[in-house]
Amino acid sequence: MGLAKRIIPCLDVDQGRVVKGVQFEDIRDAGDPVEVSRRYNQEGADEITFLDITASHENRGTTYETVSRMASEVFIPLTVGGGVRTTDNIRDLLLAGADKVSINTAAVFDPEFVKRASDKFGSQCIVVAIDAKQVAPDRWEIFTHGGRKPTGLDCVEWARRMVSYGAGEILLTSMDRDGTRDGFDLGVTRAVADAVSVPVIASGGVGQLDHLVDGVLKGHADAVLAASIFHFRQYTIAEAKAAMQAAGIEVRL
Amino acid sequence: MAQKVAVIDYGSGNLHSVAKAIEHAGDCQVLVSSDPHEIKTADRVVLPGVGAMGDCMAGLQARGLDSLVRELVGHTPLMGVCVGMQILAEYGEESEGVDALGIFPGHIIRFPNDLTDPNGLSLKVPHMGWNQVSVTTHPMWRGIENLTRFYFVHSYRYADWQAPCVAGICTYGEPFAAALAREGVFAVQFHPEKSHDAGLSLYANFLTWDGSC
Repeated sequence: MGLAKRIIPCLDVDQGRVVKGVQFEDIRDAGDPVEVSRRYNQEGADEITFLDITASHENRGTTYETVSRMASEVFIPLTVGGGVRTTDNIRDLLLAGADKVSINTAAVFDPEFVKRASDKFGSQCIVVAIDAKQVAPDRWEIFTHGGRKPTGLDCVEWARRMVSYGAGEILLTSMDRDGTRDGFDLGVTRAVADAVSVPVIASGGVGQLDHLVDGVLKGHADAVLAASIFHFRQYTIAEAKAAMQAAGIEVRL
Repeated sequence: MAQKVAVIDYGSGNLHSVAKAIEHAGDCQVLVSSDPHEIKTADRVVLPGVGAMGDCMAGLQARGLDSLVRELVGHTPLMGVCVGMQILAEYGEESEGVDALGIFPGHIIRFPNDLTDPNGLSLKVPHMGWNQVSVTTHPMWRGIENLTRFYFVHSYRYADWQAPCVAGICTYGEPFAAALAREGVFAVQFHPEKSHDAGLSLYANFLTWDGSC
């Protein structure tokens, strides 16, 4: 008995609608974020992650409003990310009802931002999202702008640095796998999970339930994130948990 | 008329989640307030908290709410949540050390870095996620099964799990207090407002609790 490994459905939200594309193209509509999160809450999701994929200045208001509606009826932790660049953004998201915020590109351009954010709001609500691509055997680098721009930063070193700056959790996405349904990149997941002292969420590539199991058992992830397998009802959260439990993983049922 | 529940506003970030969850839990009117006079008129009071213990104590003191919380003890049923539980202890070792309210004896100390699970794998800090709570016969646990999972997120904890005031135990590498209780006060380390049905049940129990242990 002890801490359960978490299953986190991820909602990619564009102008108030859940969308899901394959490697950032072919975007399909997957519904109203509040309705979708209510369903996941009922099915037993452990947390929900909300990524504002356009995150333009103009639709900020829509995001705050959606987050606020979600937080009023879904009583599980809610992480919100996408375009988080200032401590004011973070404050506004927390006030709207987010429990954690995820910082991605802004951390790459201004690593000290993570320090300021965790000093001000506490590490417990600062998630650093890392988009990694394999560049050589056992070497992964950070990419920004949806996997298009290389930064030359080594993924494992970067994760360590972000934790030393106060990140309370790492959301690790493999850009090679995202949207492919071929399973997590277990190499990078394990390299990062074993290197840092904070929880690591594996993301990118889930196409079947075994992938979730592998993320925990082989990737050493503390939580697993998936989108399309849940949005299009290929599997329910309950089915995912049953598969994890059958593999000997402790889950919340 | 519906009873009034005050959620103390001293700048903590999760006030609205706490307020919304209590509203969902039962028939009551929730007010989020930093005004001591207004808080005193409430039938029940909740002390929430996220972030650093030092910031929370400073936030309470700046508004003169530290003495108010002490006054409420034994008169108005009080519930502490997460850092709102921690600041009811005597002292926390977070930052350079924080003198807290001392409503419960004992200290809040960090999880050690070398914690391992029963298989010898190292455990991450913060302790984040859904963990099981061994409950006592305290009336606040009514209808909540032993070993129900609640959502935790914290790096510091009330480590003396054998203290008489401990009313619930969680294990992460080693046991620690998931809940503390005394006459009129019940406090939890986890977040009931993020613990789905189990958390709402706990808030529902608070709405009918007479303050007895």
